[in-house]
Amino acid sequence: METKEKKPLEKVCIICAKGNLEDVYASLVMANGAVMEGIETNLFFTFFGLEGITKKSMNRLHTATTGNPAMKMPGGLPFPTMLGGLPGVESAVSSMMRKQMDELGMPPVDEFLEMISAGGGTIYACKLAVDMFKLKKEDLSDEVKDIITIGEFYELCDGDRTQIIFT
Amino acid sequence: MAEKTIAGTQVKVTEDGYLEDMTQWNEEIAREIAKEIGIELTDKHFEVINYLREKTFAKEALTIRSVGKSGIVDIKQLYALFPKGPLKFSSKIAGIPKPTSCI
Repeated sequence: METKEKKPLEKVCIICAKGNLEDVYASLVMANGAVMEGIETNLFFTFFGLEGITKKSMNRLHTATTGNPAMKMPGGLPFPTMLGGLPGVESAVSSMMRKQMDELGMPPVDEFLEMISAGGGTIYACKLAVDMFKLKKEDLSDEVKDIITIGEFYELCDGDRTQIIFT
Repeated sequence: MAEKTIAGTQVKVTEDGYLEDMTQWNEEIAREIAKEIGIELTDKHFEVINYLREKTFAKEALTIRSVGKSGIVDIKQLYALFPKGPLKFSSKIAGIPKPTSCI
């Protein structure tokens, strides 16, 4: 007989490897959403993703204004790549985007990390990338539980209802 | 849509068990739904539930962030009151629609 038992997800391990505003937020929204659903959540930051948990940079992340074909001018016209390369444009566009996100009730990165921790989610930094960028534990958000190796990350991914998500 | 008797009252519920009509809610219904989830309601729970109902009546969108800034509980306490479903379970118990927010 066919069974139709649901097998809900029990754990997610999310890897954030890019430091663009949108990539970091994708990871944060997915992690926070999982915590809110009662799913055990591990969030692992590596490579340029470390920007998202580095105290100095986490609340001023940028979105790329060059090489980003989806970028539009206010009003919907395409955003000329030449314009995106001018000094200050990327900063201005990024701060505009952060403002719009704020209006939608999206928290800044530091607060988002706190929300994930408060719900029981755990945040890690990748040892190799931390060494490569010459960062120290104290450079990272206080919400970062530990700096771990990829082997330790995989140990956290045990269980047959676990998914690894790479953003 | 289905009819269900909760705490002796006939109410309309969605497939997921949320009340269709939040005016059919009362505290006994809240206790019964909470019991099904496995939560024993305290005064603090009711403070949160009443806040959620007020905001929903005022047609304001709810997020755990806004509840965390309500002055009633912080986010950690909200999770402690409604484990594994800070917004989902609290909304269900409060008799308001299933949350539509992603945050």
